Amino acid sequence: MKMVMKVEGVCCPNCADKIERKITSLNGVDSATLAYMTQKLTLEISGDPESISNDVEKIILKTVPKAKITKV
Amino acid sequence: MIDKKEAAEIIIGAVLLAAGLVIHFTGGDALTEAILLGAGCIICGYEVVMECVSNIRGGTIFDENLLMTIAVVGAFLIGEYPEALAVLLFYRVGEMFEHYAVDRSRRSIAALTDIMPDTANVIRDGKTISVSPSEVEVGEKVLIKPGDKVPIDCKVLEGASSVDTKALTGESMPRDIDAGDELFGGFINLTGPITAETLRPYGESAVSRIMEMIEDSASRKASSERFITVFARYYTPAVCLISFLVFLLPVLLLGGAVQTWLYRALTILVVSCPCALVISVPMSFFCGIGGASKLGILVKGGNFLEMLAKTETVVFDKTGTLTKGTFSVSKIHPSENMTEDQLIEMAAEAEFYSSHPISLSIKEMYGKAIDPAVVGASQNVPGRGVITEVKGSAVHIGNLKMMSAMGHNATDACCKGTKIHIATENGGYLGHIAVSDVAKADSVLAVKALKEDGIKTVMLTGDNGEVAEAIAKEVGVDEEHSDLLPQDKLSVLENIIKEGKGATVFVGDGINDAPSLARADVGIAMGGIGSDAAVEAADVVIMNDSPANVVSAIRISKRTMRIVWENIIFALAVKFVILCMAVFGYADMYLAIFGDVGVTIIAILNAARCLSVGSTVLKGSITDPDYPKTNISI
Repeated sequence: MKMVMKVEGVCCPNCADKIERKITSLNGVDSATLAYMTQKLTLEISGDPESISNDVEKIILKTVPKAKITKV
Repeated sequence: MIDKKEAAEIIIGAVLLAAGLVIHFTGGDALTEAILLGAGCIICGYEVVMECVSNIRGGTIFDENLLMTIAVVGAFLIGEYPEALAVLLFYRVGEMFEHYAVDRSRRSIAALTDIMPDTANVIRDGKTISVSPSEVEVGEKVLIKPGDKVPIDCKVLEGASSVDTKALTGESMPRDIDAGDELFGGFINLTGPITAETLRPYGESAVSRIMEMIEDSASRKASSERFITVFARYYTPAVCLISFLVFLLPVLLLGGAVQTWLYRALTILVVSCPCALVISVPMSFFCGIGGASKLGILVKGGNFLEMLAKTETVVFDKTGTLTKGTFSVSKIHPSENMTEDQLIEMAAEAEFYSSHPISLSIKEMYGKAIDPAVVGASQNVPGRGVITEVKGSAVHIGNLKMMSAMGHNATDACCKGTKIHIATENGGYLGHIAVSDVAKADSVLAVKALKEDGIKTVMLTGDNGEVAEAIAKEVGVDEEHSDLLPQDKLSVLENIIKEGKGATVFVGDGINDAPSLARADVGIAMGGIGSDAAVEAADVVIMNDSPANVVSAIRISKRTMRIVWENIIFALAVKFVILCMAVFGYADMYLAIFGDVGVTIIAILNAARCLSVGSTVLKGSITDPDYPKTNISI
């Protein structure tokens, strides 16, 4: 299943990369890309969408506290 | 767009720096100087330190905020007050510029893709009401007034007009349309009102699919984009270590002065900030892809742009790609006991179920409606033709291979063009119909330009040798393979891929090209958004049907890659030189600031150049803004 979120406020591609790696290592997430330029997080998941999106949000806010996350 | 608080902090910082410098150089009170500059540092540096602290809490230690914090605190401790504030101030200015530039390029690409129609005028119960395009159902009638965007993919029922297709195709000439023509959502109606019937739901319409493609492109990162983030992951801690050693070793081993070596170490920290690299690389790809979409070229990811830049061979499918793909009957050649009319009637009936361009041309030539009752079972023989029951007898229609497989005596050595032979099981050979296709004007331009760029061109076709050769000669391709069955095309392509060192690009348009599009290093689908399977399998989609845009796509990719590497090499070289100078005491903090902020700004401005793609358009092609004019002068 595909899941897309808009993540605003990621400061640089480094942070994006860091978030991406942490999310990819989550259980139930097959792949994740966070594109710095389009500010879009694209996930391919096989687990429970609800709990994954909670975990994803936590990861993003821990790495970039001022990030704004909206589900698409 | 510019944050007021940010701007205010920078201005206050600048004023305090100026005041501090005046005191510093006029030999004023050192304490006043320290207080003024210290205040500046707190105002400008507060955010940086806070960010650094919150990042460390989040598990990220080494980033540019830490580099800056150490450098500024260190400079202050050794009494270099003006330097401390200057570093901070320029760092903030650089950051602000960076955000501004990135934001601007985001916006300019968002503007490019602003092709989504806002409303649709749908006709329900005789009344025209304005609704959101997503509420319109398939098969409803919509009214499109002059100046309106076509809301949804639809077919014209009434009215003639011309439409501006530029937003979708990059084509500058308006297209004339009439009843029966298909329109894509996002076209702009120019002259007269049209009533049209919707063909697809909004979500599957061309414009929604294009938007999705552009949005998704950034999620396919190029390997140089990945490389640079991985590089930065090791680079920043490594630089901190080097800087630490530059301070520690001379002081411990050589008995160097603490102050001198601390200053040098801090200079190294400042210069080696990786921002320039890290931001400019994804920005270049993003702008390159955005620029390409201005010309009606949709690239599905940075990785494909990177691959396109390595193009060694371009393999074209012939029909519909290099040629117009619309055939017309040029000759009807019946055997003795048939008339031309009888032959074309039988052919049209036998091809009743086929939607192959050649079949369409035969049916068009026949010109009359076919009674479905006379047509029986029909069987498609791939690469050969069709066998259809017509009025009770089996009609064999197709190429020479079809004839010999069925045991008919026929020859292609007659008139010009592609020959379609007709025979019946009982009546034997009945004659042939010759159809011909013409090359697109842009094909010649494109092949010529590819040659100039040192790229080999190959044409593949299922047509017979004579026809293929004529087109190959006209267009000027280096190599042609004819008489190919669909599966042969794939194996020829695989051979080319195997033999080549660089990337092999396949350009095709039809559903049967999907395997080749998927197999090639880069698959380019032509003819826009029409054929789903081809667009799905392709890596690049050319909206306006022009092979000249294949050249533009390759040139854009090369230009983007050049800019990417220019930035990487320029930034690393400048940083390395300044770093070496700093070790030996030849670089001060101000030079280091240039090595950080100055280089970042230059790299970002350079990356933004990827957005301007005008120079890659072939003169005289349909994408050329001067197209109608140049066309007349030829």
